[in-house]
Amino acid sequence: MVEFALPKNSKITKGKHHAAPEGAKQVKTFKVYRYDPETDENPRWDTYDVAVDQCGPMVLDAVLHIKNTMDPTLAFRRSCREGVCGSCAFNIGGRNTLACTHAWKDIPGKEISISPLPHMPVVKDLVPDLTLFFAQYESIEPWLHTDTPEPQKEWVQSPQDRVKIDGLYECILCACCSTSCPSYWWNQEKYLGPAALLQAYRWLADSRDESTGERLDYLEDPFKLYRCHTIMNCAQVCPKGLNPAKAIASIKAMLVDRVV
Amino acid sequence: MGDSSYRTPLSRARGLGSAHDGVARFISERATSVALVPLSLWAIYGALKISHAGYAGATAFLQSPVNAVLAVLLIAVTALHMKMGMQVIIEDYVHQPRSKIPALLLNSAVCWLAGALGVFSILKVALLGAGAH
Repeated sequence: MVEFALPKNSKITKGKHHAAPEGAKQVKTFKVYRYDPETDENPRWDTYDVAVDQCGPMVLDAVLHIKNTMDPTLAFRRSCREGVCGSCAFNIGGRNTLACTHAWKDIPGKEISISPLPHMPVVKDLVPDLTLFFAQYESIEPWLHTDTPEPQKEWVQSPQDRVKIDGLYECILCACCSTSCPSYWWNQEKYLGPAALLQAYRWLADSRDESTGERLDYLEDPFKLYRCHTIMNCAQVCPKGLNPAKAIASIKAMLVDRVV
Repeated sequence: MGDSSYRTPLSRARGLGSAHDGVARFISERATSVALVPLSLWAIYGALKISHAGYAGATAFLQSPVNAVLAVLLIAVTALHMKMGMQVIIEDYVHQPRSKIPALLLNSAVCWLAGALGVFSILKVALLGAGAH
């Protein structure tokens, strides 16, 4: 059955409190999910009173400030700090987003909670295991399929056809959408999830690709594709402003086109 | 994580492969929804009409061929739609085959039974009239 409650060893306990340094002018409390796989302890909420006047405007700035000045044991992924790499996706204030492009000032409430992307196995602290997520992306074969012998130069595409992959190719695979989707929570072993499906449509919509039929064959499945119930969390949380739900609807429309 | 076997992530993601099934169900779900819009409006009209007509009026209403056919369609399409809707919910939330398969069978049984009972009752009134036993 679906797990509506956390399993016993995942119940979150109260953790340590880290006070702000003396002389801090503006203080904001961050409540951060901590889990250490090397101990038998349950995960815990650690709270950090961050002197936000001493750090930058984004949530990632605050998290880096915590790691650099308050608690070096905190584990999380980050790289580009400008919304391009997709590494620092967390659940921030109850909503999946990129820590590097979301200002802490824009998060309502007294405390800002930060936890790993929901309903994924946790490796440590804010680091989720995304192995299956990336394997699902691989399973849709995200590269150009052609049978026609390669042209001397590039595969050409008209500007009109090129426009059709706008809003699709920009995906950075941060996993905010898939891990915000209840259908993906309950059936991630079988449902591909919004991110993989958005990319599946990116190749279906590409005028240069020659295996549209095979791609649709792979997707036509009650679970791989049709677990999408248009809940729309994916479109709400996408930090790049993309709309995976619309792409999934387009795949469904293509499948109808094939039989009607 | 969670999977102690040596299966590769890609093998796990591909799973049992595609069922090559789903589009017919997708179309049926939508087609039955669309069909139920006029049928439900007619059902409201029918309910209002027989609410003042008493027992004899209600049986007379169902004895009209048009009303009898529409009532049969309403029951049949609703039962089919109900079965498909509940099936999706069971597939979403119930994962163990030992509970999922009985749940799916029970869902089918309940919906088919409800549909058959409804259709039979309408035909009985429509063809045999009031008071037939």
